[in-house]
Amino acid sequence: MGQMLLEAKNVCAFYGATQVLHGLNLSIAEGGITTLLGANGAGKTTMLRSLCGMVRTTGEIKFTGKKISGQATEDIVRLGIAHVPDGRGTFVRLTVQENLQLGAMTRGDKEGIVADVDRVLGYFPRLRERYRQQAGTLSGGEQQMLAIGRAFMLRPKLMLLDEPSFGLAPLVVQEVFSILKKMNEKEKVSIFLVEQNASLALNLADHAYLIETGRVVMSGPANTIREDENIRRAYLGY
Amino acid sequence: MEPDRSESKRIAFYEVPIYWRWFGFLAAMVIALPLPFLLKNFFIFQLTLAMIYAIAILGLNLLTGFNGQFSLGHSAFYAIGAYTAAVLMDQYNVAYYWTLPIAGIACFVAGFLFGLPALRLEGIYLALATFALAIAMPQILKLSPLEHWTGGVQGIVLIKPNAPFGLPLNPDQWLYFFVFGVALILFACAYNLVGSRTGRAMKAIRDNPVAAKTMGVNLSLYKSLTFGVSAFYTGIAGALGGIAVQFVAPDSFTFGLSVALFVGLVVGGVGSISGALFGAWFVLFVPNIAEQVSKGLAGAVYGVILVLLIYLMPFGLAGLVRLAVMRFVRTRR
Amino acid sequence: MELFLHQVLAGLATGGIYACLALAIVMIYQAIDHLNFAQGEMAMFSTFIAWQLIQWGIPYWAAFFITLAVSFAGGLVIERVVLRPLHNAPILSHVAIFIALFAILNSAAGFIWDYQVKNFPTPFGTKSILGEGLLSAHDAGMIAITFALLIFLYLFFNFTRTGLAMRAAAANPESARLVGVRVGWMLALGWGMAASIGAVAGMMIAPVVFLEPNMMSSILLYGFAGAVVGGLTSPPGAVIGGLMVGIIENLAGTFIPVIGSELKLSIALALIVLVLTVKPSGLFGRTVVHRV
Repeated sequence: MGQMLLEAKNVCAFYGATQVLHGLNLSIAEGGITTLLGANGAGKTTMLRSLCGMVRTTGEIKFTGKKISGQATEDIVRLGIAHVPDGRGTFVRLTVQENLQLGAMTRGDKEGIVADVDRVLGYFPRLRERYRQQAGTLSGGEQQMLAIGRAFMLRPKLMLLDEPSFGLAPLVVQEVFSILKKMNEKEKVSIFLVEQNASLALNLADHAYLIETGRVVMSGPANTIREDENIRRAYLGY
Repeated sequence: MEPDRSESKRIAFYEVPIYWRWFGFLAAMVIALPLPFLLKNFFIFQLTLAMIYAIAILGLNLLTGFNGQFSLGHSAFYAIGAYTAAVLMDQYNVAYYWTLPIAGIACFVAGFLFGLPALRLEGIYLALATFALAIAMPQILKLSPLEHWTGGVQGIVLIKPNAPFGLPLNPDQWLYFFVFGVALILFACAYNLVGSRTGRAMKAIRDNPVAAKTMGVNLSLYKSLTFGVSAFYTGIAGALGGIAVQFVAPDSFTFGLSVALFVGLVVGGVGSISGALFGAWFVLFVPNIAEQVSKGLAGAVYGVILVLLIYLMPFGLAGLVRLAVMRFVRTRR
Repeated sequence: MELFLHQVLAGLATGGIYACLALAIVMIYQAIDHLNFAQGEMAMFSTFIAWQLIQWGIPYWAAFFITLAVSFAGGLVIERVVLRPLHNAPILSHVAIFIALFAILNSAAGFIWDYQVKNFPTPFGTKSILGEGLLSAHDAGMIAITFALLIFLYLFFNFTRTGLAMRAAAANPESARLVGVRVGWMLALGWGMAASIGAVAGMMIAPVVFLEPNMMSSILLYGFAGAVVGGLTSPPGAVIGGLMVGIIENLAGTFIPVIGSELKLSIALALIVLVLTVKPSGLFGRTVVHRV
């Protein structure tokens, strides 16, 4: 199997005095798509934010063997983790072009960046049409695509996505998810996906974690979880 | 600028239990009531002025702290209140206590009318508009056509009222109790307002205007009304101020006053009613202290004290008191 | 007709001052998403530093650039030392800090250099160009420098990486961190640049209004008027806005009998109010579209 891309051991996360994660353990394998499922308020977004150093945490998080817990977000990002946050985090006042350029902020290879912009526009033709528009005028689906495109511009080893299906029409969600699959396969980007929409996520992912009130309650191959009726009924509601 | 939402989160977290609030109130009464009999006239005057500023700051707090509308123009409403009272007393021989409600209503109307076009302005644009208002007011008060009423640059001189019913109080002492009474009523009304449905609507507008709108809160109406109420409070304070100082003139109501009220708001605690009193104390007494520390660098000393206070108490003095109380409450549980 | 032209040019001259200040105001707003009320005082303090250097015998342009560097450093330090610890505090606290800065700088300047009005030299000379007493060489030079600054800023913000990073950091600090931008340092850089630009404005303005601690307070309103008219999100708009305010103020003062020199200030105010009522984003500002 080889070394895990990301390992989190006994992670507790706090918002002020409130503890949200209670000793979470998970690992993300290289090359695959892993998903984190759970109900509202279970701590999924907090987990992603913990990985990026955006929340106060205790415990240990290692990325490609290096310790990243306790480091600043800007430094963690430079190690190759791209985070598409809750709510997309688009720079609404800047243009689509500028948003993509910002994604490549930490890179120095000019030709590579130009080529990658082209690639992103290839994945998301709608963005090509709106290339010089203010990002705030894009629809929800287009902003999601832009956010993913921006994350891709980093050429990350690992892409974190927080509820990419949120607020999108089903057809758009299909489109987005199929592009994520392509990115994973062709560009070798490992993906860690947080989703409320369990069936969608389980169709896409290789491995799944379930969390409930800040603790991992189940983990296993996505197929198994998807096919096990008891688990689905108990934890995923369908 | 993004609307500031951190305030509501922290204050809600530190809700002080009600018996503590009553305790604080009773303690304040016990301390405040005998003071006029123990201090010299000048100090009584200072304390009276502190209460007046507290009312003015409370007015500003209602608008900025509870409703999220930024105002640097409250010196204008203070001026309108002061001049209304002065003109009524000087030219029309109206009794001083009647000038208060009239000044209040005049300012309410003025505030409401200003609030209407200001509806379209957010954050920094509203700040600039209110800034313009503050700067314009002294200019308007100096205008020649209005000199007949306003007394022009020289202003109007007033006389402090005597105690009624032959009470054995000198004018300073009487004014202290009068202002105290008015302040009590106004603060109580503010508490009620903030805790009521209207108050919740106001705070909802501050925290998330779009959500508030979708829940049926009439944004235009509430925002303009809040402007009016806020001006009402500050206007009454202005009227009382004019009477206490016995003088109104255009240059008493410059942008500097707006700045002072704003600083009082922040130091006292945004979104805290009791904070207004703390803020008033700061604004009234710290500049004097600064001057005593260093005559030449008075402004610098004031600035440094202000910076330190904001560091130590980002949520104002009221925030700090709340923190202390809550910590005490929690350790006892 | 000649009177009209005369007044337009005179208005252009004063407008140049407003334009320069408006640019500094808009610049810092772009960089840090805040309106810094202490901007004028920082500029005034920088100008005093320049004056002091010149008094010590340092030639003008050397003093000019040293002042720019010192101001840059000062702005940086203010951000890192004074503002950074407060980045979690509510916005209103930030405004209170700006007020405190204003008080400190004003008082310190008066204490160190006293309140007597001082002359500040101009590198352009005071000769009149374009006929008698219409536009002095300094006025023209000031406008030229303002435009040069403008071009520099435009190029910096729109065509350099750091410029984009700064805009991102100001617009959405959290997202900026997620793309690796060191937000803290971008803010500091923004303050440094704004302080330098303010210094340029101060050094251009001082020869005309004379140097003393309160020199900026009266002009600040006009600077704001220029920034509002042009649009807070548009640096070129700010410059044009400033020039327009100068021209309108002069024309109104000359041709509308009711408005003597007494009410000139009110014109600036009226302009602000008018623009804010009709088109808050200004003539050239970008109306920001928010999807609900």
